Amino acid sequence: MPVTDVQKDMDSRTITITADFAAPPEQVWGIYADPRKLEQVWGPPTHPATFVDHSLTPGARVTYYMTGPDGEKFGGWWEIDEVDEPHSFTFRDGFADADLNPVDTAPVSENVYRFAATDGGTRAVYTSTYASAEALQQVLDMGVEEGATLAINQIDAYLAAA
Amino acid sequence: MTGSADEDRADALFHALADRTRRDIVRRVLAGEHSVSALAHKYDMSFAAVQKHVAVLERAGLLSKRRVGREALATGDIDAVRSVGSMLSEIEQIWRGRISRMDELLATDHRTGTTPDLSADPTKEH
Repeated sequence: MPVTDVQKDMDSRTITITADFAAPPEQVWGIYADPRKLEQVWGPPTHPATFVDHSLTPGARVTYYMTGPDGEKFGGWWEIDEVDEPHSFTFRDGFADADLNPVDTAPVSENVYRFAATDGGTRAVYTSTYASAEALQQVLDMGVEEGATLAINQIDAYLAAA
Repeated sequence: MTGSADEDRADALFHALADRTRRDIVRRVLAGEHSVSALAHKYDMSFAAVQKHVAVLERAGLLSKRRVGREALATGDIDAVRSVGSMLSEIEQIWRGRISRMDELLATDHRTGTTPDLSADPTKEH
């Protein structure tokens, strides 16, 4: 399995995922640098992503939306802070409305993506820090959950219907 | 890895809600605080049996209890269910999906021999 480690820090609401890819960092970077490739990996198949504005350069604003099964659109933006191609980039990730305008009242997460060359390819370390529990919930509410959602949501839905 | 702790938690939740009486207790205590003895009056079973159901729900994090004098008061605790830990686990699932899709995309790139910059539209290759 390419995911080799998962660290969750409850207090700082930070999740760090480590993955090993069988390709050099330049090729992994290439996925993030190419919006058409990024679309293939960012949203789950049920919520495909469309990147509208995209540039991996410091200060750039990236915009995207994901489309849910019923056509509902979930907007998001990145503001790229630091870029060290092909080793790392950092960005803030926030929510946008249907017209891709940032929602200022919505929380913003801080993200650091690092790619280091290994013998067999690339070790990628993804760190995301969420401002609050509400920020986490919004990320999940955006419809980005994978097929294997936890029992929590089903119970929630059950209780809501009860 | 923290996966097994999350699985244990999911097991406890499903087990807790697999029982009709316990589901009914959860509905009542989410609506407001109830003493365990008041709950016991609602069901055709012993006080001890209701206490036991309440204990299962408490262990699963679906309700919390506080003592007032000789009474135990139970309150639904859906916030506990949606704890930060469980939310981070869902984020982990999102990442596992992204990483497996990246893996597939990198393997495809490798097989077709394209470079990262040249395959924006795979149907136009060659």
